[in-house]
Amino acid sequence: MGMVRAVVTASMTTPDSKRVEHDDHQELVETTPEELAPLYRQMLAIRRLEEASAKAYSQGKIGGFLHLIIGQEAVCVGAIAALEKKDYVVATYREHGHAYAKGVAARPILAELYGKKTGCVKGLGGSMHIFDKATNFLGGYGIVGGHVPIAAGAAFASKYRGDGAVTLCFFGEGASTIGGFAEGLALAALWKLPVVLICENNQYSMGTPLYRSLAVEDVSLRALAHGMARDRFDGDDVVKVKRRIAEAVERARTTGEPTLVEVITYRFRGHSMSDPGLYRTKDEVEEWKRRDPLNRCRQRLLDVGMIDADLAALEDDVKAEIEDAVKFAEESPAADEYKKYVVKGQ
Amino acid sequence: MAVISYREALNQAMREEMERDPNVFVMGEEVGHYNGAYKVTQGLLQRFSERRIVDAPIAEMGFAGIGVGAAMVGLRPIIEFMTFNFSLVAIDQIVNNAAKIFQMSGGQYNIPIVFRGPSGPAVQVGSQHSQALESYYAHVPGLKVVMPSTALDAKGLLKSAIRDDNPVVFMEGETLYNTTWEVPDSASGDDLIPIGVADIKRVGKDITLIAWSKMVWTCLDAAKQLAEEGIECEVVDPRTLRPLDVETLAASVNKTGRCVIVEIGWPVAGFGAEVAYQMQRHCMDALDAPIERVTSDDVPMPYAKNLEDEVQPQVKDIVAAVKRALYLE
Amino acid sequence: MAQILGLPKLSPTMEEGVLVRWTRKEGDKVSPGDLIAEVETDKANMDFNVEDEGVLLKLLVKEGDTVKLGAPVAIIGKAGEDVSALVEQAKQAGAAAPAPAAVAAPKPVASAAAPTEPKITAPAQAKAPATPPPSPRPAASGARPAAREPQIAQAPTAKLLASPLAKTLAIELGLDLRTIQGSGPGGRIVERDVRQAADGVGSSSTTGNGHASDAATAEAATGHADEAAAPTQALAVRHARQLVPDAAGDFEDLPASNMRKRIAARLTEAKRDIPHFYLMRKLDAAPLLAFRARLNELLGDRGKVSVNDLVIKAVALALRRVPECNASWEGDVIRYYHRVHVGVAVAIEDGLVTPVVRDADQKGIGAIAAEVKDLAERAKKRGLKGHEITGSTFTVSNLGMLGIERFTAILNPPEAGILAIGATVDEPVVVKDQVVPGKRLTVTMSCDHRVIDGALGARWLQAFAELFEKPESLAL
Repeated sequence: MGMVRAVVTASMTTPDSKRVEHDDHQELVETTPEELAPLYRQMLAIRRLEEASAKAYSQGKIGGFLHLIIGQEAVCVGAIAALEKKDYVVATYREHGHAYAKGVAARPILAELYGKKTGCVKGLGGSMHIFDKATNFLGGYGIVGGHVPIAAGAAFASKYRGDGAVTLCFFGEGASTIGGFAEGLALAALWKLPVVLICENNQYSMGTPLYRSLAVEDVSLRALAHGMARDRFDGDDVVKVKRRIAEAVERARTTGEPTLVEVITYRFRGHSMSDPGLYRTKDEVEEWKRRDPLNRCRQRLLDVGMIDADLAALEDDVKAEIEDAVKFAEESPAADEYKKYVVKGQ
Repeated sequence: MAVISYREALNQAMREEMERDPNVFVMGEEVGHYNGAYKVTQGLLQRFSERRIVDAPIAEMGFAGIGVGAAMVGLRPIIEFMTFNFSLVAIDQIVNNAAKIFQMSGGQYNIPIVFRGPSGPAVQVGSQHSQALESYYAHVPGLKVVMPSTALDAKGLLKSAIRDDNPVVFMEGETLYNTTWEVPDSASGDDLIPIGVADIKRVGKDITLIAWSKMVWTCLDAAKQLAEEGIECEVVDPRTLRPLDVETLAASVNKTGRCVIVEIGWPVAGFGAEVAYQMQRHCMDALDAPIERVTSDDVPMPYAKNLEDEVQPQVKDIVAAVKRALYLE
Repeated sequence: MAQILGLPKLSPTMEEGVLVRWTRKEGDKVSPGDLIAEVETDKANMDFNVEDEGVLLKLLVKEGDTVKLGAPVAIIGKAGEDVSALVEQAKQAGAAAPAPAAVAAPKPVASAAAPTEPKITAPAQAKAPATPPPSPRPAASGARPAAREPQIAQAPTAKLLASPLAKTLAIELGLDLRTIQGSGPGGRIVERDVRQAADGVGSSSTTGNGHASDAATAEAATGHADEAAAPTQALAVRHARQLVPDAAGDFEDLPASNMRKRIAARLTEAKRDIPHFYLMRKLDAAPLLAFRARLNELLGDRGKVSVNDLVIKAVALALRRVPECNASWEGDVIRYYHRVHVGVAVAIEDGLVTPVVRDADQKGIGAIAAEVKDLAERAKKRGLKGHEITGSTFTVSNLGMLGIERFTAILNPPEAGILAIGATVDEPVVVKDQVVPGKRLTVTMSCDHRVIDGALGARWLQAFAELFEKPESLAL
């Protein structure tokens, strides 16, 4: 019964060389409960939000494409924690976590996934197109790499106006091969635009492992070709992510110069909900799950002094928040307007 | 009023809008130090700084996308494509981003951007440099597509396009830059020409010729020739392809009862096909003959001059179509 | 609380699946994201992950079973919970139709005849004889004949071919298409054939005067009638002015010009068919005159703004405030126009023409003044184009400069309103219980009672009055 599965062993290097040992997982960055608790809370909320979305999708309440960030929460939460409110974020179609971290509430995100009128873009965008002007979240985009020039454009405007804002652009390593990324990178470097280009390298572009997409697997090296600053590190610790991205943000804000940052991470679920996941072994996934940055953060929070009761209260609060958001999405009216936002002023 | 060239009219429009609104800037290849590949942006770098007249390297997708991003957060970019043939490199930014962000964001972000540049064949520049792609853009909801034929239209429409809060694909005529027309100077007002309003370039009662951009001129030449034979052509220039002023076009065809659509692009799914549908839809009872259409031949543009002239619509082709519609073969 | 887990949608087109293998057993504790089974779908073998926290209390299907989308497969809850009721419920549900959460694969749409060959069906004709489609024309562009002409299937044997215009014309002229010879391709009857037939029969439109029929000449200023009748209007006949004195010399008859005939027909129809009523208001003209003076001071020799120009703007803005008056009676519907085009009555030699200021609400006062000046000049020279004298949604008529204090205008069909402007008059007025000199101007609004009732008309006139008496609001 069943099909023989073709198993592809993933590694971060070519098949006949050893797996690269990246940053020591045990490295601890100094932090306090005051700093860490909100970060943990955001990561947990995003995790629960994504699980709720997956459940709704399997019930047929969310349609189309659904790309989950589960496993990668430390990157979006840590990076966006380094920003000010006026800074811009541009992301991909796997952007629910980024939107939440920037300040978009769970209710409008979920309602949007459900295609409801109360969704953050009124049911017109769905999972891949979360936009929120109030929090300067400039969108989720469906064309791989097509949003990188847009991020460079927001940075261009900041430089033009001298308003000191910085733009973060998130993309996967799969985008590092496409023209939009190449051109956005080249122009950001040439014109010194205040943008931080963050490659969330989760090691698989849909079903293709890294070594089969890139002749040189270090995405950050591309910065060298443009004389741009670069960074590369493991995204397993949310505070480390925050510190390292803060350096790049500071560089953009004070000198106006861009940085290409590659953060190594891992997604626990498929590329999208219709991904059978035949390109990596269960063992590999389990190994990464054992090192779940969410659990790591939770443990660290206890280690730096948060008491159990407070932690439990925080987690209950998150549970309630997401349950409320699900209820809100279920009960909201369906989307009903689609002609109003084609041409402004029509 | 002064007689100025189409090129000068575009230059004035950009200059005046940039003086009026500090958020307007120009970006493209050779727009600054080179003074523009077709000299349309000549002198602008001297008047404004490099901050506002931005020379870009060859990266259309990149700088078109930068324009979209900058427009999202409040600037008003004018993105120049050296020719619209190269816009194909950036079409993802125009169609997937600029045209759709207003809707995808539920109305939160609009894109007040102008993509402008020369369109259509020049002289002997070969198949990759001679394309008329307006139907590609007119097809897309969320975009406006404007194609002025005269210096007067060019100035008023470019100003309107820059002030429009939506993405406007502004396609100039490569061979029109040197043509001249009487244009009011800015002292007598803004002289904006509204987007979406057609213009009757010549009044006539016997037949309606619908054309845009360079073909307006060819139609006017054909009309002059036909007038000598007692046939009075009305030449209607939509000026904007999307949104199309069906009302004015249909009023003319309903008046004359005959219609010839003249376009320089390819026939299959060219914009003239949409015009023909609209005309038959609204003017069926007034038609004395089927709607005629004159287009370039359905081939990539050849290089040799004699071949190029055979491929493209000439006055004689328009005259023949008019006579067919009047049963005067 | 325990709940039933249905088979989830593991691929966008999935309608059912085979439960290949359970990877967990009854009693196992599970967390969100945990794999509990492998399911074979139409696309591939997919992982079935739970999204809930709890214990797998019951597995409801066996390995190898085929399960419909949404059908119950397991029960999850707290350890030790009694789930017998749920199991029963699941049995019923499993036997019934698939859960509504399942999204059916799109059914193939019953397509209309696939367009391999365009089939042209004969249009239904109530009055004229049945006309099959015109014969195929080569789809050539320009002077180049098409290399390969599309073979268009023709309807069965055509008896009579005529263009739509020819058919309409024949009806209007009372001609039988069967008696007309067609000169078009395939014997198609076209406009000129019908006109020639009409001329041959002889015109019944004149009363004995010889007239020079000049089909090639249309008076530029006469294209005012509605578009559908335009083709016949295009055949405007220019009458030679012939005086026919009577023997006693007590009177003479001048043939009515086309313009006079048209005015006669239209205004008779308007007065006869439209229930007119009239609303009058006397307005304080002093602020407007002062405003005009100021504007003209600023313009200097670059232009001149008249009272009428300001009235046009006020009318247009009033129509924005009370848009129900920007309308026309269309029989079964009332048409409410989205744009404001103001017709301006201009007296010319021998008659009256009404050029249109389009989108008057959007134009600046200076622009309106320049445009009206230009239109009026060209009107007097008969140089207006067809599109410049059609399409108005409301009209303004001003006889103030000719000393008329007050008059009622006839509606310009199909508009529902027209405003008649009188002269500014110096007269005593009461201000704060004092009698003082004032400048007053009377306007009279004629309304089509089918569209505008008294109260509505009054509201519009109120809006107009507010704009007129506070003329700075015209700049907003």
